[in-house]
Amino acid sequence: MTPDPYFFLVIFAGVALVFPLLPLGLAWIWRRFLQPPKPGPQKNATYECGVESIGEAQVQFQSQYYLYCIIFLVFDVEAVFLVPFAVAFTGLPFGAFIAILVFLLLLLEGLVWAWSKGCLDWARMRERAR
Amino acid sequence: MSDQIDEGLRSELQKRGVWVTSTQELYNWGRKNSIWPLQFGLACCAIEMIATAASRYDLARFGGEVFRPSPRQADLMIVAGTVTKKMAPQIVRLYNQMPDPKYVISMGACAISGGPFKQGYNVLKGIDRYIPVDVYIPGCPPRPEALLHAFMELQRKIDGQKLTGQDKASHLDREQPSEFPVPAFGAHDLEPPSNPNIFRPPAIERA
Ligand code: SF4
Repeated sequence: MTPDPYFFLVIFAGVALVFPLLPLGLAWIWRRFLQPPKPGPQKNATYECGVESIGEAQVQFQSQYYLYCIIFLVFDVEAVFLVPFAVAFTGLPFGAFIAILVFLLLLLEGLVWAWSKGCLDWARMRERAR
Repeated sequence: MSDQIDEGLRSELQKRGVWVTSTQELYNWGRKNSIWPLQFGLACCAIEMIATAASRYDLARFGGEVFRPSPRQADLMIVAGTVTKKMAPQIVRLYNQMPDPKYVISMGACAISGGPFKQGYNVLKGIDRYIPVDVYIPGCPPRPEALLHAFMELQRKIDGQKLTGQDKASHLDREQPSEFPVPAFGAHDLEPPSNPNIFRPPAIERA
């Protein structure tokens, strides 16, 4: 009887299990019977480069930065279109000029809107919380 | 245990291809050839430590190249450089956070005694005031060869550690502490200025 062609996978899985478990088991036995555990308040403390840790690990960050990212896009996209516009300015037909002007005004309007909403104030969240 | 194996018999067996060893030897052999130092440097001596770990001097030949960024994975603390009083509590805390067995090499004049800054107001006069040191390397700075020598000395020390008996290794001894008190900043100095349990300054004898 020829062995199943996938039998090697079983062997492989077995070796993959024994290979890490054996040293771990040996280490466990060693620790259990030979090396007395010596825990302590500092050994179990959070590692912070040797400095005592302060406060909780679960703190809240302000997620306000994303607003700046979005507004930044206004200027960024604007610049991308503005440069070719400026380069080709003298050769442009009137219609194209109007089109880019409308585009610029749209972006400007977005900026003004964001500004009036107070998105440019860094400490907006904290102000509100107060 | 190793002293029960007859050396003559052992070499006789080795010639026939039979290797005899003991748990203690195997244990120490494995430990001494895979010492992982803690990755931190304090001053100029640390540059020599870096040189030792780099390709020219190559600490990897002794199994000690795996500098760990966390004390949880480190076996050896190389105190390389000037220990200021500001830094001393952190060093002791790092030492406390290392798992047993752990060893300390005090590298350079500064770490041993304060070195050139011994008269200074802000330098600790030797890290052995707070943590037990295994190997001292004099020099300012010690050359990489000196650090390698200290490393080999430490390996020799580990090799000789006993598993059982009265003088067994301290990490196997339930009575031996694994943490040492961290000094705090006092009005003029660290409090306490030294740990009297481990620091015994040599008595000055006057003729
Ligand atoms: S012993 Fe010398 S080289 Fe080393 S840290 Fe002190 S001053 Fe620098």
